[in-house]
This record gives sequence, structure tokens and C-alpha cells, in this order.
Amino acid sequence: MDGAAANAVEADVRLEHVTKRFGEDVVAVDDISLTIERGRFFALLGPSGCGKTTTLRMIGGFDQPTGGTVYLGERDVTGLPPYRRDVNTVFQSYALFPHLSIYENVAFGLRRRGVRGDELKRRVGEAMELVGIGSMAARKSRQLSGGQQQRVALARALVNRPRVLLLDEPLGALDLKLRKQLQLELKRVQHEVGITFVHVTHDQEEAMTMADTIAVMNEGRIEQLDAPAELYERPRTAFVAGFLGVSNLLQGTVSGDGVVRLDAGGEVRAAPGSLAGRSGRVAVGVRPEKVRLGAGEANAIEGAIAEVAYIGVSNQYIVNTLAGPLTVYVQNADPGARPAAAGDPVTLSWSPEATFVVESTKEAEK
Amino acid sequence: MRHHLLTAYGVLALGYLMLPVGVVVVFSFNDPVGKFNYTWKGFTLDNWAHPTGAPGIGEAVTTSLEIAAIVTVVATLLGTLIAMALVRYGFRGRGLTNFLIFMPISTPEIVFGASLLTLFLNFGVQLGFWTIVIAHIAFDISFVVVTVKARLVGFDRSLEEAAADLYATPFASFRRVTLPLIAPAVLAGGLLAFALSIDDFVITFFTAGIEQTFPVWVWGAVRIGVPPQVNVIGTIIFAVAVGLMLANTLWQRRREQAAMAATGAAATDW
Repeated sequence: MDGAAANAVEADVRLEHVTKRFGEDVVAVDDISLTIERGRFFALLGPSGCGKTTTLRMIGGFDQPTGGTVYLGERDVTGLPPYRRDVNTVFQSYALFPHLSIYENVAFGLRRRGVRGDELKRRVGEAMELVGIGSMAARKSRQLSGGQQQRVALARALVNRPRVLLLDEPLGALDLKLRKQLQLELKRVQHEVGITFVHVTHDQEEAMTMADTIAVMNEGRIEQLDAPAELYERPRTAFVAGFLGVSNLLQGTVSGDGVVRLDAGGEVRAAPGSLAGRSGRVAVGVRPEKVRLGAGEANAIEGAIAEVAYIGVSNQYIVNTLAGPLTVYVQNADPGARPAAAGDPVTLSWSPEATFVVESTKEAEK
Repeated sequence: MRHHLLTAYGVLALGYLMLPVGVVVVFSFNDPVGKFNYTWKGFTLDNWAHPTGAPGIGEAVTTSLEIAAIVTVVATLLGTLIAMALVRYGFRGRGLTNFLIFMPISTPEIVFGASLLTLFLNFGVQLGFWTIVIAHIAFDISFVVVTVKARLVGFDRSLEEAAADLYATPFASFRRVTLPLIAPAVLAGGLLAFALSIDDFVITFFTAGIEQTFPVWVWGAVRIGVPPQVNVIGTIIFAVAVGLMLANTLWQRRREQAAMAATGAAATDW
């Protein structure tokens, strides 16, 4: 992404210091500011209760913020009801109208806006073709499977060509195979229509598969907002490191430029700049697939293999070290190679480039 | 053995319930000699050919129907709106309103009627057609509220959010989404209101003045002689009520079966 070009792109959604309280004590969303550029596939990712759905509902107008401002494009829409906002939503429960046919479900928004006759027919037809439900116009929603209902919900929202499409855990109720299939299809549809998608999910794999920008949320705040690869390779907080994939965290203290002295003894080098001004207590992290069984990289630690699990594509090892148990994935690229066995002593090593630094999790526990 | 006992008990209980109705229907074909239609004299279709043959009965039935029609419309409208307010909105006095709405159902009719009479007399209101209408609306609203509330409690609110999301104003959302979905309950409430209004004697008697509805007319007639036309009208009311109830039940069952069949088909539809 080119920084200068990105700045030139118009923002479709802008939140400024948005806060949402329920009652006196519950702060669902805590002073969030973010900008979503036109044409993005943006994911709000986090565990349940992190405020992601509330954030989405404030963009849609279903909940009003306690403080702060919501912009759609240049327009301040804070306080406007959903029917006066140029956004459409795909609901978690689909919320298809059970008394209307599939055709009338999809036509609902256009009819409210006074679209009639041939244009209505054409646009509803196009939207249904786009999501592959062209032949189901006359049916009622109860006669459709979950995946088909999901497609209707998508067509019903997209047919209005909104500025932003909001998706509230749209695939949560589907089984794994169908979910995978629809993930790719949603991405294709977004590419075709070019509308900004804001997608709420608790499934990190789903967010990584579909979104080009992800905001990881926790306890009402945004922990980190980045591209998927950046979030995975350079998590900036222990929460992000733990929420996206598996990571090994080693406690230590900053002892120099890019150098952390481990509590368990020894030093670990991190990539230049990854300390980001941190000093004192920190945790250094490394992803399991970036650790080698054997010496050869700049960072190394001794241990003994505690467990081996054969996964097919890889072997997964738990290795006991002085700094605690580390997880290591080794790909089965070499046919016939024998994996290390439990009890074998082993040296683990990894490169400084694969090393990231977050706040100390020991401190956080206190 | 046990099974047979149960069957016998069932038949007896049904007979006990249906015997009075049977007598009413049978005696609508009686050809009585005197003023009282109490003993079987012979079969005739005359009563059915002239259902309004007794003096005053036609006017009384018309009055009852007019009152029931007005009452049904007003009570259904107000009852539905009150039910919406009670289920949807938190407001001061909601608990009290919930309680008060239930009062007309639990209060003995004689107390309700006497109170209304006192009220009308105190305010110097001329008793007649409109006081009956007001009285009937007052107790019918409760039945509509109870019926519609039951349906609204299980209503999926996300459907209304979806409507709002698709540019429907609150009014459009109510008309296009909420109302069609609660229609069966509104219809049931309306039918109940109509039946209760047509049928009511006690409260009507207190608030009628010189106006005569069908039940009031029958009550008056009993003292000087009951013409068989009473049985004819009674049979018609019974037949219409049972017919509507059956139609409603069949309609609901067909909807459910269609839904069941659809769900079954969808489950194997991957």
C-alpha cells in the first residue's frame, strides 16, 4: 500500500472518539477512532464482548454513541436513524422477512426508495444473479437452506448499492465447509461491486482470509489496526500475538538496541525497530513455524522435546526450555525423514527478523 | 379396560358440553303451540324461513351486529397499539398498566356493569347505543391486548432493524413487516372481541337504557314467551362462531405444515 495514494482516497467511514456505554458501569466501546477508506474489505476482529458488534451497530445507526462522532463520507450521521443512512447490513440471523418471497425481500429497500417497474426488476434480478440465487425468486425464506438464506441477505443489502456494507458475523451459523466457500465468494463479490465492506467476526482465520485491513479489538479498544500479514508477523501487543495464531512469548528485559535479556538467561535479538521505544520489562515472541530444530540462527535456546504430534503437513513439537515450554512446527517437506522423538535434547534457533516484541505478560498478570 | 374408561369419560364430557347446544338447534325446528318453545310439538322449517318473525327480534339482532362491528374495530385497533406499547417500550407506569389491563378480565361482570352505570349516571350521560359501545370497548380491549401481547413477546426484533436498515420509516416498518407478522393474533383478538360483544348480557343490561341488543331482547322475551326464532338466531351465531374458529385452526395448521415441509426440504438441500 502506497501511503501517499492511500491518503488521497476518500474515507467512507470515520469514527472520532466514539464511546458507547450501557448504563453506568458497562463501557462497550471506549474512545475509538478509525478511518475506513473507500473500497476496503475491513474486518473488526475480537473475542465476544470486545465491542466489535456495538461498533458496527453504531455505524449502521442501530445504536447511538454516548460520545464521539460517526461520519459516512464527509457527512456527520451521528444521531441519524438507520433508514436515513446510506449503509446496509447483513445480519447475523439473516433477518429475512418470512412473510415475503425471496424476490420481495431483495426488492424491499428499492421499493422504499421509490424504484419501480423495469428498473426494479432488472436490479433485483442482477443482485440475485450476483450471489447465485437467480432461480429462487418465488420461494419463501423458510424454504431455503442456511447458505441460501445468507445469499439472499447479501443480495437484499447489495441491491441498494450502499456506500458501506456492514456484515455482522454473517457466516457464524454455517458449517465449516460452507463457511470456507462463502468466505471466498464474499471476497469475489466485494471485488466485483467495489463497495466498502465492514465485517465483524471473532474468527481470526476468517478475517485473515477476507479482509485487507483488520482492526483487532479487545475490551472496547482497538489493540492494533493493520494488514493481516503485518498483524501476524509484527503483533504489537501480547493480546494480538495470542489472538492471531499461536505464539511463543519469552519474558525478559530490554538490555540494548534490539537486544532483550531473557529472565531464563541468554539474549535474544529482535529486528531493528521492533522494540519501538520500549524499555524495561518486555516479552519477545516468535511464531512456531519460524523456529528451527537445530542451531544456525542468531537466537538460540536449549531444551528437550516433551511431546510430538504428527499433523500430516507438519510435526508439532512442545519443547521444554528454561524459559518455559515452546511450540515448534516443522514442515514435512522431506519424505522419509524421521521426526525427533520425545526426550531428545535439542537446540532451537530463529532469526531476529522473526522476532517481535510486546509488553511483558508477567507484568500484565499483576 | 383403562382405555375404554377414558373413552367413555370423554364421550360423556363432550355430551355434557354439547347437549344444551343440541337442544337449541333441535328446537329451532320445533312448531310450538303456545308462546313457549319448551316442549316438542312437531317439525317445521317455518322458523328458519322467517328468522326475524318475532316482533322486535330483527331490530335487536341488527343493533347487536352494529355494536359488535364498531366495538371490534375500535377495540382491535386500540388493543393492538396498547400491546405494542406494553411489550416494546419501557415507560413509567408500565407495570401498573399491565395490571389495569387485566382488571376487566378478572372483575366480575356484574361489578363492572354496575360501576359503568354509576359512572354514566354521575356524568349525566344518556344511556343507549353509545354507552353500550363504550362499555363493550372497555372490556374487549383487554382481551385483544392479551392475545396480541403473546405474539409480540416472541417477535424477532431484528426483522424491524432489517426494515429500518432498508430505508423503512417506523410507520413503513410497522405496515410492511410488523403488522403482517402479528396479523394472526390481531385477527384472533378481533374475533374474540366480536364474539364477546355479541354475547354479552350483564354489562349491556346495565348500560343499555331502553336500547335492546339480542341478548337483552331474549331476556325480556323469556318472561312473556320464547319464540323459536331465538333458537334460529342462536344456532346461526353458534354455527358462525364454530365455522370461523375451524377456519382459523385449519389456516394455522396449513401454515405450520408448509413450514415443516419446507424446513425438511431445506435440510437436505445442500
